[in-house]
Amino acid sequence: MSEVEYDTQGVVKKFMYVNRKAPYGTIYALEVLEAVLISAAFEQHACIVFIDDGVYQIKKGQDTTAVNMKNFSKTYGIIEMEKEDADEDEDMDMVWRIIVEKESMEARGLTAEDFVVDVEVIASDELAQIMSEQEVVISG
Amino acid sequence: MIHTVNKSPFERNSLDSCLRLSLKGSPILLIEDGVYAATGGTSVSDKVADAAKNHPMFVLGADLQARGIPEDKILDGITVVDYGGFVDLVVEHGTVHSWL
Repeated sequence: MSEVEYDTQGVVKKFMYVNRKAPYGTIYALEVLEAVLISAAFEQHACIVFIDDGVYQIKKGQDTTAVNMKNFSKTYGIIEMEKEDADEDEDMDMVWRIIVEKESMEARGLTAEDFVVDVEVIASDELAQIMSEQEVVISG
Repeated sequence: MIHTVNKSPFERNSLDSCLRLSLKGSPILLIEDGVYAATGGTSVSDKVADAAKNHPMFVLGADLQARGIPEDKILDGITVVDYGGFVDLVVEHGTVHSWL
């Protein structure tokens, strides 16, 4: 099968995805995750941020078999792969960051070791600055 | 960047998170159930009044009216806007950050 090439030249913006909800109580977490995966196809800059109960989305050890729901925590590994691609590919001008707010993490008794992906732990004052520099914010 | 908050401060932490993660001077617009934060004499009034010293704060008039909140019950330092004013704020400040 020949590789399909998409014309994704042109507009590149700074996108931020703000996750503030725990994974299974509402549909927000899964919907934001799907939006992130779509944006990867368009080679946009992306900051994926976990704040408040959003930090629970990437907690290790999730097992949803007994509640009959899809465990989508493993899918965050794809975000990590996209980030690695963005970091390594010199031809691609794309910056991806995965960020956890320090205050939210600590308030829930978690550490960076508790997450299924490697994250940058950033305090709220510095994160506020990063947020203010974004061009598109998609939150849930 | 303009921040909007659409949840009651008595049920969710959306306003707290917005205040924690917005730069001083960036505008905040209260809409839908977020407008309850703009009323005086509540357990969050002091916090919101303090926030209004660091941020231009706005509240959507239609959502106040729908909830039976008269404009004279709104905290000092918070400006009531209509839908046109909402649009003007977005045009002026660009990126919208919705705290849901």
